[in-house]
Amino acid sequence: MDGTGLIVSSSPHQRAAVSTPVIMSDVILALMPAALAGVWFFGLRALAMMVVCVAAAVGTEAGLEKLMKKPVTIEDYSAAVAGFLLALVLPPDLPLWMGAIGAAFAMAIAKFIFGGLGQNIFNPALIGRAVLLASWPVFMTRWRWPIFQAPWIPDFDAVSSATPLALWKLNGIKTPYLNLFLGNVAGSIGETSALAILVGAAYLLWRGHISWRIPVSFIGTVAVLTALFGQDPVFHVLAGGLLLGAFFMATDYVTSPVTPKGQIVFGVGCGVLTVFIRLYGGYPEGVCYAILIMNAAAALIDRLTVPRKFGEVKKVA
Amino acid sequence: MATMVAKTFRGGVHAHYHKEDTASKPIRRLPPPARVVIPLHQHTGAPCEPLVKVGDEVKVGQKIGDSSARLTAPVHASVSGKVVGISLHPQSGGRDVLSVIIESDGKETLDEHVEPRTDVDHLSADEIKAVIREAGIVGLGGAAFPTYFKLTPPPGKSFDTVILNGAECEPYLSADHRLMVERPGDIVDGARLLLKATGVNRAYIGIEENKPDAIEAISKAVKGDDRISVVPLKVKYPQGAEKQLIWAILGREVPSGGLPVDVGVVVNNVGTAAAVRDAVFSGMPLVERVVTVAGSCIAEPQNVVVKVGMLVSDLIEACGGYSAPPAKVIIGGPMMGVAQFTTDIPVTKGTSGVLLLSKDEAAPCDAMPCVRCGKCVEACSMRLMPLWIASYAEAGRFDDAERMNALDCIECGCCSFICPSRRRLVQAIRLAKSEIMARRRRAQAK
Repeated sequence: MDGTGLIVSSSPHQRAAVSTPVIMSDVILALMPAALAGVWFFGLRALAMMVVCVAAAVGTEAGLEKLMKKPVTIEDYSAAVAGFLLALVLPPDLPLWMGAIGAAFAMAIAKFIFGGLGQNIFNPALIGRAVLLASWPVFMTRWRWPIFQAPWIPDFDAVSSATPLALWKLNGIKTPYLNLFLGNVAGSIGETSALAILVGAAYLLWRGHISWRIPVSFIGTVAVLTALFGQDPVFHVLAGGLLLGAFFMATDYVTSPVTPKGQIVFGVGCGVLTVFIRLYGGYPEGVCYAILIMNAAAALIDRLTVPRKFGEVKKVA
Repeated sequence: MATMVAKTFRGGVHAHYHKEDTASKPIRRLPPPARVVIPLHQHTGAPCEPLVKVGDEVKVGQKIGDSSARLTAPVHASVSGKVVGISLHPQSGGRDVLSVIIESDGKETLDEHVEPRTDVDHLSADEIKAVIREAGIVGLGGAAFPTYFKLTPPPGKSFDTVILNGAECEPYLSADHRLMVERPGDIVDGARLLLKATGVNRAYIGIEENKPDAIEAISKAVKGDDRISVVPLKVKYPQGAEKQLIWAILGREVPSGGLPVDVGVVVNNVGTAAAVRDAVFSGMPLVERVVTVAGSCIAEPQNVVVKVGMLVSDLIEACGGYSAPPAKVIIGGPMMGVAQFTTDIPVTKGTSGVLLLSKDEAAPCDAMPCVRCGKCVEACSMRLMPLWIASYAEAGRFDDAERMNALDCIECGCCSFICPSRRRLVQAIRLAKSEIMARRRRAQAK
């Protein structure tokens, strides 16, 4: 063999099978139970929102990359994931064009101008949601009962359809655990069913794509703090966007710390902010802003939690 | 021993091991090749000067190169025959090395110095070390560091433990595995000689759990000698890296920039122990070794005993030739081995494996942007921040790379292996390391 054609490269010569596009498509797969639950509870309208958001996100990314003469990267599926996640945290009756604007904003402003995949500071889907909430607060807080009614509310006509957290904060009505667990409550398309979210989360954990650190420290902090404040921790864990946020948003690689210790600090920070917004803030729900604020701190947390390197010890005599 | 919980280190990765093609077959001894190319520099330290001339007749085990430098290892003829050339020849490291080319006469005549010893029990520590030095023994795990040098602690330091490394954590390789199964008594004899040479009475033999037959064979061989224990290790790469092995077995952390001797330990490969045994008992210097020939492009994957100096191209022929055109030829394992541009290179003392990988196995992949997943941080066996060091290196910010402890990197490759964006992390860190060292040398020269 004279060697012509032999590949010469620096070791390692073997790579793990899991690549970034594989992880992204697994995230899409893991979101399917929550998405299906959304369609089950809120009808085909929910499906339309998902299609619009994914299409707007992917289209915006591809269009901008073409415009800027950069390689088109939609095949890494990260744009699709962002659009999908955004749809799942929007109210089911939001006008579709608003969803499209949210997705386009998420890709253009929150991701592309920061430098694309891996460079954005804030979770694009949550930025999309925050922008929509600031722009169209009425539409963004108009909820709908799921197809199955809400028999636990004593005087149904007395309260407008509201999310469990709003019902609790404004009316003092506590939604039963079973409804929160299954998801036949008012809320964002993909966040109502704890069961569906947990099934997807279990898949991501089993595949090793996310670690337990952020979700457990996030959810654990919310449970402990709400209990300390005399609230019902189980209700606070199951209600609102906590589970979806903890497993699918806070674990976003790009916008969370890379160090193991930092991930726990990040999760605890998200939990603390969530509880304070829920209990003392103007909004009934605080997961979205809690994660966005902690996103801003992720790089700093990394710097402060660099692991102690192996061998950094006093010399053994 | 059976109830013992397997030990390990923090970090690391689980790779596909691909050992099944070779691990269950007995080691085959290859007939001496018609021609050997013996590099005069196969080890860490100073190169040897040739002790023979073109036209000289040489015998098996005859010393053909040595140096007066403190850190070196002599080289010996691996076949009997005639020196037909002393010239530069490509070697697996990528450089041309002055090499002695011998045409075999096929007789395998032994040099007169090669004689079984009858007084082994009476050898002193220094005598054993002298035998090891004269036999040209180096670490057979791949690093090829002269063994006698390792066995003498620097002034002010001392050993209390000898560790034999039978982890063999590199995928594909099973040479140590087979050696442990087939020659456990010789390995344990080697361990006893190393204990004597270092004046220590505690030895551990660490073996990954995926080699239960090796654990059993070695455990049987150490029975009755309570100075030596077998330690089952978890199957994880790089379990056989020196610092990680010491941590797993003893819980001692080799200080940054330090050596195992700083925690009282000397680590030797199990193959090295067998070579020590051979040198002391039979007087035979290091002229052959076990090599794993594997990968999907070799017709008959197997472990073979190969004469040092046999050309890799001849070795491939002897293993049935190619079963498919290889895209990559690697000397060593797939995690830390060196890709070759030619097979016209000799097997040396440090050659643990020859891998012939197909395009599918070895296809280079395009790097994507870092997504900050942190998998490299979790996998780093030295608990560094590979993504940061690599970014600094790519940006030419070598001072920052140094500040982030680039020099602590052992280049195990876990970061690049695990990276889902296929980034060339360890490759960039290697660049940073060599640049930092070059700057230090320049600063010293001023």
